[in-house]
Amino acid sequence: MIQLDNPGPAGAALRGTKPVPGRFQSALASGAFTVTAEVGPPRGADAEVIRRKVQPLRDWVAAVNVTDNQSAVVRLASWAGSLLTLAIGVAPIMQLTCRDRNRIALQSELLSAAAMGIPNILIMTGDHPRFGDHADAKPVFDLDSVQLLWAARTMRDDGRLLSGRVLDPPPTWFLGAVENPFAPPVNFRAARLGKKVAAGAQFVQTQYVFDVPAFERFMAQARDLGLPGRCHILAGVGPIMSARALSHLQHAVPGVHVPDEVARRLLSVPAERTADAGVALCAETIARLRQLPGVAGVHVMAVGNEQRIPEILQLAGLSPAPPDSPCAGLGGSSDTP
Amino acid sequence: MYRLHRLLQPNAGYRRLATWLEARRWRNRLFTIVEEHVKDDMFGCRMCGQCVLPVTGYACPMTCPKQLRNGPCGGVGQDGSCEVYPATRCVWLVAYERAENAGNGRDLLRLQRPIDHRRWGQSSWINYWQGRDESLCTEDDGLARTASISPAGLQRPG
Repeated sequence: MIQLDNPGPAGAALRGTKPVPGRFQSALASGAFTVTAEVGPPRGADAEVIRRKVQPLRDWVAAVNVTDNQSAVVRLASWAGSLLTLAIGVAPIMQLTCRDRNRIALQSELLSAAAMGIPNILIMTGDHPRFGDHADAKPVFDLDSVQLLWAARTMRDDGRLLSGRVLDPPPTWFLGAVENPFAPPVNFRAARLGKKVAAGAQFVQTQYVFDVPAFERFMAQARDLGLPGRCHILAGVGPIMSARALSHLQHAVPGVHVPDEVARRLLSVPAERTADAGVALCAETIARLRQLPGVAGVHVMAVGNEQRIPEILQLAGLSPAPPDSPCAGLGGSSDTP
Repeated sequence: MYRLHRLLQPNAGYRRLATWLEARRWRNRLFTIVEEHVKDDMFGCRMCGQCVLPVTGYACPMTCPKQLRNGPCGGVGQDGSCEVYPATRCVWLVAYERAENAGNGRDLLRLQRPIDHRRWGQSSWINYWQGRDESLCTEDDGLARTASISPAGLQRPG
């Protein structure tokens, strides 16, 4: 049953904890190592898929990202996926890209999200339609990600639209951004995150981290700019489950960098054990990232393998919070790193 | 380029010229065509009418397939190629290198405001001389104090 009219308290009743809407933000504010995971909505008119993917993650993550037609492939809308997620008591992070909508539609979508109780919004530029299933579509990109973050913050903090018109009442979301620490020009990436923070980003989730030393260099630059104090940085991670997936990440996904040693390690085991090696490698990466100063948590992207996320987190030394703990769903840990 | 730009900085003379050009449609049109040809040859100008070249290392962000005004997307290839057109180099990478080499790297930290789509096809030189471009971007990186996204718009009555 979906309870749309009052999703916050409904979520709290289900979990016996603080209302879902603030859970992700308060997890980060508490300083606990925070885990989020990514869920891709289905290509098809079936709400059950989202529930099936989100349910097993409930005790393990502070929030679940619901993607916005990722890779420019048509799927169920991120707002719909976010509402379904909210209805089963998990805090959604609604992704919103600049690819498909102009500033009128974007602001309308943002307002709608606030009105429906979607607490967290992740703003990104979005993949170009050329990579998707409608390569002939018109790319919109009326605003870029910095401008959309800036517009969203203006809507919330100044209570105004880009037109200057007043919003009554103004929305109240927790705003996030993305950054890719590994794409050239790498020495500009922390500064670019700085622009997003200046525009309104309160948390950031990064592209997949496979190259931990390169990520450490990015974090050092981010610390020099004072960004971890102003914005919670969650490192993106994910398991590489097969040789085909590895090749796909290396060659077909823009902006992903897989170092040779990672590729060698995955290819050195027999094919039937590649998935386990990928899971182990991902868990190791999480454990290493946890030691880095300024890293607030991890964002697990295991597209198509969401069911293995609890196993990855367990291997990384994290544990689910008991359902009645105030930290339920924080991805909190029972041991010290 | 940076030196040439100093020659074009707005002053009373340029403002008078801009007003004179705008007074007659054919003069404005002719001037705009000349500008279009010059800037197309030099920068691949798309005539958005609100030029930010001086603060983007003279690499035109409107040639980016996503027309990003605030820096490169996350899809730049390890070799510096554009994710959409791999045969071309990311225009923001060019902007970064040129601005850094000229000692103007901090220019790229300015927050660029959303563009006004009514201005496509207009002469950005006339707009520049008339002072219409003054709020295209922030003065600095905006980290120290909160910058308004729309200085004119926010003062409008609700």
